[in-house]
Formats: sequence, structure tokens, C-alpha cells
Amino acid sequence: MPPLDEPPLDRSPKVSDEVKCTTCYMCACRCGINVHVRDGLVRYIEGNKKHPVNKGVLCAKGSAGIMQHYSPARLMTPLKRVGPRGSGEFEPISWDEALRTAASWLRPIRETDPSKLAFFTGRDQSQSFTGMWAQAFGTPNYAAHGGFCSVNMAAAGIYTMGGAFWEFGSPDWERTKLFMIFGVAEDHDSNPIKMGLGRLKERGAKVVAVNPVRTGYNAIADEWVGVTPGTDGLFILSMIHELIRTGHVDLDYLLRYTNAPWLVIQDPGAPDDGMFARDNDGNPLVMNRHVSVVQKAKTGRKNAALQGEARLEDGRVAVPVFQLIAEKYLDGQYAPDAVAEKTGVDAATIRRLAAELAYTAFEEAIEIDQPWTDVYGERHETMTGRPVSFHAMRGISAHSNGFQTCRAIHVLQLLLGSVECPGGFRFKPPYPKPMEAHPKPHSGHKPNTALDGPHLGYARGPEDLMINEDGSPRRIDKAFSWDAPMSAHGLMHMVISNAAAKDPYPIDTLFLYMANMSWNSSMNTRGVMDMLEQREPDGEYTIPHIIYSDAYSSEMVAYADLVLPDTTYLERHDCISLLDRPICEADAAADAIRHPVVDPKTQGVGRDVKGFQSSLCDLGAMLGLPGFVNEDGSQKYADYADYIVNHERKPGIGPLAGWRGEDGESHGRGAPNPKQMERYIENGGFWIEHVPDEAAYYKFANQAYQDWAVKLGFFDAPQPYTMQLYVETLQKFRLAAEGHGERQPPEHLRARVAEAFDPLPIWYAPYEETRVDQAEYPLHAITQRPAAMYHSWGSQNAWLRQIHGRNPLYVPGEICDAHGLRDGDWAHVSSHHGRITVPVARMDAVNGKTLWTWNAIGKRAGAWALNENAPEARQGFLLNHLIHELLPEKGDGMRWLNSDPITGQAAWYDLRVKIEKADAPPAMTKPSFEAQKGPAPEGPSVISYGEEWKT
Amino acid sequence: MTQLPESTDRKLGLVIDLDTCVGCHACVISCKEWNTGGYGAPLSDVDAYGEDPSGTFLNRVHTFEVKPADKPAMITHFPKSCLHCEDAPCVTVCPTGASFKRSEDGIVLVHEDWCIGCGLCAWACPYGAREKDPVEKVMKKCTLCVDRIYNENIPEEDRVPSCVRTCPAGARHFGDLGDADSDVSKLVAERGGFDLMPEQGTKPVNKYLPPRPKQQSLPDEAIDLVALAEPKAGGFLGWLDGALERLG
Repeated sequence: MPPLDEPPLDRSPKVSDEVKCTTCYMCACRCGINVHVRDGLVRYIEGNKKHPVNKGVLCAKGSAGIMQHYSPARLMTPLKRVGPRGSGEFEPISWDEALRTAASWLRPIRETDPSKLAFFTGRDQSQSFTGMWAQAFGTPNYAAHGGFCSVNMAAAGIYTMGGAFWEFGSPDWERTKLFMIFGVAEDHDSNPIKMGLGRLKERGAKVVAVNPVRTGYNAIADEWVGVTPGTDGLFILSMIHELIRTGHVDLDYLLRYTNAPWLVIQDPGAPDDGMFARDNDGNPLVMNRHVSVVQKAKTGRKNAALQGEARLEDGRVAVPVFQLIAEKYLDGQYAPDAVAEKTGVDAATIRRLAAELAYTAFEEAIEIDQPWTDVYGERHETMTGRPVSFHAMRGISAHSNGFQTCRAIHVLQLLLGSVECPGGFRFKPPYPKPMEAHPKPHSGHKPNTALDGPHLGYARGPEDLMINEDGSPRRIDKAFSWDAPMSAHGLMHMVISNAAAKDPYPIDTLFLYMANMSWNSSMNTRGVMDMLEQREPDGEYTIPHIIYSDAYSSEMVAYADLVLPDTTYLERHDCISLLDRPICEADAAADAIRHPVVDPKTQGVGRDVKGFQSSLCDLGAMLGLPGFVNEDGSQKYADYADYIVNHERKPGIGPLAGWRGEDGESHGRGAPNPKQMERYIENGGFWIEHVPDEAAYYKFANQAYQDWAVKLGFFDAPQPYTMQLYVETLQKFRLAAEGHGERQPPEHLRARVAEAFDPLPIWYAPYEETRVDQAEYPLHAITQRPAAMYHSWGSQNAWLRQIHGRNPLYVPGEICDAHGLRDGDWAHVSSHHGRITVPVARMDAVNGKTLWTWNAIGKRAGAWALNENAPEARQGFLLNHLIHELLPEKGDGMRWLNSDPITGQAAWYDLRVKIEKADAPPAMTKPSFEAQKGPAPEGPSVISYGEEWKT
Repeated sequence: MTQLPESTDRKLGLVIDLDTCVGCHACVISCKEWNTGGYGAPLSDVDAYGEDPSGTFLNRVHTFEVKPADKPAMITHFPKSCLHCEDAPCVTVCPTGASFKRSEDGIVLVHEDWCIGCGLCAWACPYGAREKDPVEKVMKKCTLCVDRIYNENIPEEDRVPSCVRTCPAGARHFGDLGDADSDVSKLVAERGGFDLMPEQGTKPVNKYLPPRPKQQSLPDEAIDLVALAEPKAGGFLGWLDGALERLG
């Protein structure tokens, strides 16, 4: 008989010895976490409720941090390659030998030609530091991963309105009534968007999701628009057509805050055609709509005309930007009926959505009782809100028309007057930050000398291109050349193929950090592996040295000659800095740290790893780089933590803004505080300073905000800014293409530059489909990021791989029927470049012309400490094998980059394919590759984590 | 056979909002990390880095595609864990008393020391909410984080199940569904919360909230907005002149 009494229960078991607050790194969102440590081991990770990003919540990735931290794929010591490249055969070496080896390769480069070093970092959250190191070294060849991620979004945002989405700003979650989200599956800003969607639904706001695939956020939206990939721009411009046609634009906002009234010179053939009419001091001009007079925009903007011809002093004609906008978008090519077939969105839906935007923005406008003063000195008693907001990410930006599409979404918001107003899109400090407040690119290099300025920046025109007298690119990735003139984040995806082709020049050392370039982060993956293994006739590798730093045994490790093992995110110092990619919220400036919550030496037998940034401090000192040595030649920063606390970018401004000054009581500006790190730790790992109420909205034109930003050190002087519907920089490049100026594009790119660099947003067909036979390749193929896996990082995670350990190709029902495909069948999918053979699954909640799969689940056998027969290798796959970094040749002998022609962003989602049933299913996905040998051995068979704490 | 209490003082349970669940699996993993070091034996993972990894989870999210006749196909995410039924067949079937329902709060628990791993409870549960741990050979199930909700070693505000604390979309709620005035009971009443498979007669305590009616920005009377706003004589530029005049 069972006992009648209930069994005993310990209601208050011990949880942990201590709780340490740090910052997550399981993806790029940088949530605050509380790490419970027990017996020196990680017991539990939860969200930090006080943290501005996640306010206590945590996603699956974050909660799986324990398995990441104890992953068998962790690298344990520095390694020297002993087998051929790619084999994965290594020998452990000491840190002393590792750093001396690296220095022995780097020193002669610096002494002779610093451009022979290509230093690129992947999902690096320390770019202001790694960039500084590269600048001190003197190589022009530095960038992070933005070029293959979302530079179109970032750059289009900066050039148009001084910032974009995610780190730059967010919807006004508490006030918006209609939210449109484009091209986002489960992307950044991961937790804040989920929290925001939950809040919107609670408040009864409407969510419209535009995405070819209806998963994740799109699954819970009130309305799903299953747009055809690459046509979002056309859909947006059609809504703009409707808004203008029906008179639903915010004229007051456009006059006050945008360049809608600025006059544009109309003088076809002249070198300044299409440029802004300016006075002798360079001030843009407007035409008064009441009296026939041309005035400075600053003083005349409110009474300016939005249409009509102005006669300039030199007798030429100029018209307001807004007239060009109206003429352009009222054209029938943007009418809903004209775009419906291409976009896959029916005309009635486009018309209705435009009407919903208009109704919500103008009929449901909100008014906040908050007086404020604008930068022109005018006091306003209230703040007017247009409660419509937008968010977009890689789905619209990772196309060859992505920059212009991102511009279109920003122009749409501006026409509605919904940028930086209550209920609309809100910037997060230190944004908005106009293009003029960002540096220009630099590439001036000579032996033993630091670069002449920051590598990356915002080109103002052809004068800022990084090209030589003969037009050849100065950078190995050809960033800021005519291939990609406004490539603000560089083109990391072109580095290896350019280096292998020695075009524009050969390099000596490829130095990579946290970038899986021999697998999921490269197009043409097989080709890239071959390039890394490519040898010269004398038997030497074409890229003679490869140094790689990673925390895990990723596919890229096997291609390194020297491996610098990084720590896990729970063993390291970091700063999430305002100098870099901060974690601010619309109502607050904030930054954060990571600090070691456990000591690496206690986290595994023989574990001898070091934070990559600390290795750079050591290497910088060994090479005598300026900024990394003291006057006496000794090492300046003992490690990264020392840099974080003591470095000053300029007097009073350092990597962390909180608790500065010798007494630790200054914020924003102040001398270094030796106790700063302790203050962050005491405060839960972050610092936050709230935006004053008066400064909360209209930040770009709000005097109180501008003053606050100067006080905190974001700017040295106020940076009020006029939103740029019409981007003059683009027109400068177009004029060059039309034959003006000293720097003109080469002939094969002239027509492309002239077309793509339209100063107003346009839509053109994604390049790949214009170069392949669409009848042969009728389908689109894209990836979506799963919520529970971040790129390749999660695949060694014993918990997350049970959610996403294999990835079928999801195929629309009608295509399945046409090809006789059923769940579990296999199919060949081919592009102009390659063929893959993969398992398929039927799905109907998807655009009817689109195949899709999860991003970066497929793994190369032998990598990531997984068994060679892991499902990631046998039933997982990458679309990358179908995508080439160059477009097919089209009669002119030239192969263009498979990238956006303006920014160089990798056009992952332009891919066109065909599908056929595989009659004899293979044993594993194709292509398959020989298994890598390590260096991390396969993990244990059984995990019973927490056994020692069993109650 | 094990007896169920005649009644329980409270009916603690979860309310899961299908309107906001994006299927992110945050609850699944947060549950795993709390409970593998918490109540009872660890939640083991077998063949963890191998060909066929398989681990014990107390909470899983299932994803379905639904194809309504008159609307585009949609995806529904459905998190599922023990529903802490009032008439829990997993308890009455237990031969040792290991599977029991607490009279204090209604939580259905397994006292692992008494569990012989016979699996009868898993067979009896119509929801498939129990998993036998392959290493420990004991039955594992949602404990409603019974080692959190009363735990004086953690801050009071955190004394909720780990899945509830972590859910980014706010789709999980915890409380006393036996108290009509509790927040969760009110939420269920307001939103039309429903029982999972009521025909099974298990009287689940956990409730699910159905998707809210889809929001429509345009009120019915404004549906002709576009037509109403059709440019009058003079076309768009005529409208522009008029609109600017009104600005002064």
C-alpha cells in the first residue's frame, strides 16, 4: 500500500553561492544576465530585471549558456598547425610561443608594407578596440562583419535620418498603434522585439508582418504579408505612391524637419545638376511659398514651397525635393496594380495598408503634454505623435537592391512624420547622429606608421573613395572603391577570394577573429575552402599565414596556422561601449560590461585561454604599436580590462561612460576612474542615464536633447540635423557616372552607378535574377534565423541542438505537388553556381515562389566537437553552396559582385534556384566534405548536468 | 493506486497565451537549466554530441501549420508541460505513491525515491507530459518549480516558475486558478481561456488563452478612407496647395 502521507519536500533548497551580473553573448543582443555560481560552477542563468535591454527575460539561447560555457568544442590552449591546412591537425603550444610566432609574422609586415595584413573580425563586440589596434598597426585592411550582415540597413539609416533600427532605435512600444515589421524572422533585437510584440498585443495595437515566411514574429502578427523576396522596396514605394496620391503626408513635419523644401538644381548636363542649391556659405536654400524669394533653409523652411520652380541668382531653375518626390512616386509604375504581380501582394492589400498607415498616423494622432524647444529656438507646448512605427532587418537589406529598399522604408516613415515622435520610431542615444558626425574612411598607410585615420566611415562623395590614382582599390576587400563606394562596414565576404586572386594585391597574413569564414559566413563555401588551401607554384600557400582566434572548434579553426584560444563569455572582460555598438534605450543612454564570473583556469583540465582583446594588448606591445606602449616602451595595457578602465579616446571620454572621474561621480565625461569596473559590478554590470523628459522626442531637433548629448560626451557640439529624404551624396556619385569630376567609375560600372545611385529611393530587380534565366531558375531560396540558435555558435550546445539539429528545406505546397514531393523526400536544388541535395518538408505558410530553411544549422563533419555522423552534418545543410560571391558573366566578360552596388552588402537573399525530386535519396546532404579532425575531440556521450546538486 | 486529495487549498498553475507565443523555446531551455540542477535528479542528455541526441525536457514547444479555408496558412506554437490536473490519472495509476498531487497547492509531483520507473503514469497521461529520464530511470515532469515558488533563498519577486520569469513575450502567467480573484483567473475569464482536451475528464488546472481577434486599424466607418481622400480637382498638387494654405 502506498503511504498516505505526502512525501517530504524541501521548500527552500540552496540555489547558489553567489550571483554575478554580466552581459550575455549567446547572440548579439547583449541582454543583462544574473549568473548563479555554485561550487565554482555555473548553476543557473537568468535575465537581469534591472537591465535596460531585457528587463529580466531571457531567450532560449541565453538560458542555454551553461552548455555553451562547458561545451566540449571549447579550445583549451594555443595551437600550431602540424598537418595540411584544413585537416584540423594541431599541436598545443604555450602562449609565449603563440604570441612570439604571431609577432614574428606581423613585425616584418609592419616594417615594410602594413597593407599585407588583413585583419577582419566577425561577430566582434569590441570594434572600437579592434579598429584602434588595426589603425595603430597601420593596415588599411580592417573591418568587422557588417558587410555580410546588415550594412544596408545601417548605412541607409545614417545617410537618411542619422540612424536605423535595433541599436540605433526602436518603436515607441508604449504608444505605437500600428507596427509594421519587415524581413525579420527572429533577428536583432531579439528579446526587446518579443517583449514589444507582447506589449503591443496587450495594448491592442495592430502588428503587420511583411516576410516571405510566416514563422516566429510573423506567426503572431495580426496580418501577414507574404511578400516575394527582393520586392519589399517596390511594395513600400507603392504605399508611398498611395499616401502621396491621397494626400496623406505630414507637410508640417516635412517642412520643419526634412529636406523636402530644399531646392535641387535642375540643369541637366551640368556638373551640379541634381545638387542642392546653396548660398555662398554652403547653406541649402528654399523658396518661400508666399512671396517669390529664395531663402536659407534654416530660416525659411516653415514658409517654404514644396512645389514650383525657383529661379536662382545665376538664372538657373531649381525645384523643391518634395516636388521630385511627388513626381517620381505618383508615376504609374508604382501604382498598386502595377506592382502586385511582382511583389506577390495584391493591389487591394497595398491600398488598404497605405490607408491604415494614413488613418493611424493622422486620424489617431496623439498629443503629449510635454513642452519642448526646438533647435531653431521655437517653443512647442506639446509633442505631436504619429503612432505608426516600423522595424526591418536583414530580410530587406541582404539584397542587391537593399540599400535603396532600406532608404524607402525610412522615407516612408518620414513622409508620415513618424520618426522621433510619440508613437513612432525613436532613436536610442547616441543616435541620431548624422552622416556629417561620422568619420570619413581612411586608408593612408606607410611602414612603421599608424593609419592616417579610422578605416571605416561614411563617404561624402567620390572624393572619399579609397582608390589609387589609376582607380585601383586601396583595400583588400575593395571597400570604398567603385565596386561599393559607400561600403561603411567593409566587405568581409570578399577578403579571402580577393586575397586568393591577389586582386588588388597579395597579402601575407590573414588575421581573423570570431568569423566562420570557411563555412556559414562565406558565399561559395567550397570555393573558399579551396582558396584557403590554395598554393603557389613554389608550394607555399597563396595566403602565407592565417591567424585565427575563436573560443570554439569551428570549421574555420582547421584552416588556421596559429590559433589563439579565446575565452567563453563568462570568463572575460568586455565593454559594451558608447564608442561602439551600445545598449541604449530610447529613454536612456546605457553601457555595460562583461567580467569573469568564473576563472578560466578552473573551468577545465589544462585550460589556458585568454580573451582575444587581451592578446591584442600583448601583441600591440610586442610590436610597439602607438597607443599600446608607454613612453619607455613598456606594455601600456596589461589586459583588456586595463584598457577598458584607463583608455581615453579623447580627454575625458573612454570606453565606459559611467562612474568616471577620480571620485567616480562623473558620468559621460571625466577622467579615468581606477575603481570603475568595480562600480559597474556593484551596479549589476551596466550603467544607465535617463534622457530628460523634455528631450525624449524629436531628438535630432530638440535643444534639450542636443545639450544633454553634449554634456554626456556623445558630441562636442550640438549636431542638429535635417532628415535627408533626398541624399546628395548619392547624386555626387551619379554625376561622376555621368561624366563629371576627376573620379569617375570604370566603364563597366558606369551605367550601374548611374542607375543605382538615385538620390531618391528606387526599386530595381535584384541582380542575380537579371543574370540568370528566370524560366530555368524560377524560385527564390532564403534562410531565416531560428529563435533558438545564433549562426553556427549554438551547434555545439547540447540543449539547443536538440531543437535545431537538422534543417529540412521548406517547400510551398503547390511546388511540392508540381514536383511530386512529400515530407521526407529529398530534392536537388540548383542555382547558377551549384547544386545541393537535401531533405524537404511541405509548408503552406510561405510565399508561393520561395523555398527556405533555417540559417547555419548545417555543419561540416568533425567540427564543433560533434560526432562525424551528427545530424547537423548528415541532415543539415547550407544554402551557401548555391551562392557565389560573383554574379554570372553576362556578355561583357565582367563578373559583378553579388552585393549591393552602393554599400557592398552581401546579397544572400537574391538567390534564384530550381528544384527537382531526388529519386535516389543520398545517405546525407550534398555536397559533403571529408570530416575535419578537430582540434576538439567529440564531447561526452551522456550529460547529467547538476548531478552534484541533486537534492 | 495512489489517492488524489479530495480537494486542494490552492490550484497553482500556468496560463499560456497562444496569442503572443512566438515559439522561441525560451521557456523550454530555462526550464531545463533550472530543473537539471533543481528538484530531483538531473535532466540528462544522451548522445549529447552524437548522431541522435535525446534529452529529458519538462516543457516542450510544438509547432503546427494550420490552413484555414478562407485565410492564408498560419503557424501556431503550442508550449506543453504537465497541466497539474485536478483529476490526474497519472496519480491514481501510480503503484507506489511516488506520483502524487499536493493538497496544499495542487502541484502534481513525482517523489523520485519512491518511483520505480514503471512508466504507468506516462501511459495514463493523455497529454504526453511526462518523460522517463533515460539515465536516472525515474519519471520527470513539470514541478511548477516547486523549489522556486516557496524558496526563501531567492528574491520574493522571482518566486515563480523559471519559464514564467523568462518568457520574453509575456505569454506565460502563474498563479492560483482556484481563486476567482487572482490575476490569472481574471485573465482566463477576460480572454476566454480554455482547457486542453476537456473531454478527457482530467480537469487540467493550466489554461490556454486563444489568439485574440485580429486587430484592424481602420474602423468600419473609415474603410472608405482612400476614396474619401481621393484628390479633388487639381490632383495631388492641387491638394498640396490647399494643405499648405491650412498650415499658414
